[in-house]
Amino acid sequence: MMDNRVLFHIENLSFGYRNNTVLKNIDLQLQQGRFYGLIGANGSGKSTLLELLMATLPPRSGSIRYRDRQLSDYSRHQLAVRLALVPQHFSMDFEYSVHDVVFMGRHPHIPRFSSPSARDRTAVDRAMETMDILHLRDRPVIALSGGELQRVVMARALAQETEVLVLDEATSNLDIQHTIAIMRVIRERVDNTGLTVIAAIHDLNLAAAFCDDCLVLKDGTLFANAPVAEIFTRDLLQNVFSVRANVTRTSRNGHPQIHYQYQ
Amino acid sequence: MPFYTMTGTKPLLILTLLLLILCAAIITATGMGFLQISPGEVLEILWNKLLGRDSTTINPTFPFVVMEVRLPRILTSALVGGGLAVAGAVFQAILLNPLADPYTLGISSGAAFGASLAIILTLFGVVVPAWFSIPIFAFIGAIATLIGVFSLASTDNKLSSNTLILSGVIIAAILSAGIGFIKYLADEQVSIIIFWLMGSFVGRTWSDVLSTLVIVIPGLLFTLYFARDLNIMALGERTANTLGVESSRVKKMLLVGASLITAICVSVSGIIGFVGLIIPHLLRMILGPDNRILLPACFLGGATLLLGADTITRALLPSEIPIGVLTSLIGGPFFCYIFRKKQLANVS
Repeated sequence: MMDNRVLFHIENLSFGYRNNTVLKNIDLQLQQGRFYGLIGANGSGKSTLLELLMATLPPRSGSIRYRDRQLSDYSRHQLAVRLALVPQHFSMDFEYSVHDVVFMGRHPHIPRFSSPSARDRTAVDRAMETMDILHLRDRPVIALSGGELQRVVMARALAQETEVLVLDEATSNLDIQHTIAIMRVIRERVDNTGLTVIAAIHDLNLAAAFCDDCLVLKDGTLFANAPVAEIFTRDLLQNVFSVRANVTRTSRNGHPQIHYQYQ
Repeated sequence: MPFYTMTGTKPLLILTLLLLILCAAIITATGMGFLQISPGEVLEILWNKLLGRDSTTINPTFPFVVMEVRLPRILTSALVGGGLAVAGAVFQAILLNPLADPYTLGISSGAAFGASLAIILTLFGVVVPAWFSIPIFAFIGAIATLIGVFSLASTDNKLSSNTLILSGVIIAAILSAGIGFIKYLADEQVSIIIFWLMGSFVGRTWSDVLSTLVIVIPGLLFTLYFARDLNIMALGERTANTLGVESSRVKKMLLVGASLITAICVSVSGIIGFVGLIIPHLLRMILGPDNRILLPACFLGGATLLLGADTITRALLPSEIPIGVLTSLIGGPFFCYIFRKKQLANVS
């Protein structure tokens, strides 16, 4: 059985605010060690699904199981050492330094009133090095550019050293150089350390280049769920995003490449 | 200033320094006044009192002045200053709003309403038991306001900052109208109410010290217990949740804790502004935002500032002016200076 590799087991999941249904009847299994791209138009329910996976929102109906237990049976602390989130928006009103904020990722690992261990410091330094922000170490976060801030938040999530990383458009504020660098780092972690990543991504070519599978949401339903090699077709792009595009394969490794028709 | 790595000597050094300054201020202030008593004599009186002996070499009226007149007032003002500053720091951190202060949720208005009610009842000849005095009325008013603000805000399960602040503003507005009406009823006696509202430490006794102490010190320890969670909550409630902090529970408990501190402070002293806003700001600029250092520093700093202000109005000025006026007069320009310096440093 492949079953012990299943992390999230989602059955008939629905969510809504009052009369407004955001997600309906989602059935889904997410396996360990895979990189999932979550795609869909604005308002299709991507962020809501991620919040349900992080247990920051309760489902209206249906169930989410994480490994052998219901997600709601885990304490906040138990979840914090298993799942890390890189949110879409991040702002701060107080002048914490970059190093402070990345260190906050170690919060669930440090018991109350304890000092951080050598392992905590190493995790923080490595995460900062990976995200190329060591030189910003003592700068207050409120003085950073959007791209720098995004890398700090990313480093904080990496320092958390969880088995699942949830990204809500984590690269949307970054230039192409840092976007590719971050995606490579994540891909490498998935391949080498068995990290599981669920990432809402707007840039379809980015998803096609780095993800294993794509989950496609349309109007709150799971429209498609398949490996990236199969998922991107003219019909899907027309149906889900209402755009016309051609799909080719890259010559180097055969990833799908989408060419939009702009006029 | 690094936050998690800030272990060991430096924060302890700063806190020790602030503690020494506070102790020195208490000793010096106790010696100041119409009867000048030297710090050495103050220490000797305290030491002898501790050992239960009489001070034979010192003017016999001095021990009475120190123990029964000055020290209760000085300790009350220090505890109130410390309490207000800690409550202010907690409100700023929870509401993620640097403009918040201990009075943002309308607790001071509740206390003021309670106190005004007590005064007007006495003026109208309603006999209230002696123990059921103005501070008790004020405290009940403050707690009732807290309950009112919470139940008004509770439609929003997450108790968001905006909901809380708005609820506080609404309740405070209603109470202010109530206070206005009571002042109108008081007619020519209105000055009694006005003077209470402006705040004063005149004639405070050991029972005031004790009632402030039993709430402010446990309150400080309670907020310190959650100081690290409070740091994480600066990331925003949702992110804090994903880092294992039970944000909404911590938020509720700290709001109640900080409100109780505020309630007792206002009850024993009236409404003293500025300490709860300025001290957290000032110390955050100097020490950084880490609440584990900031909260105890606020207690010590707030205590020193309010004690200093009270000593100026008690011992240095020809006649006492309201303490609240003085705190703003001393603190304001100093704050402007630090703020300006900080802004210039950021620009360059």
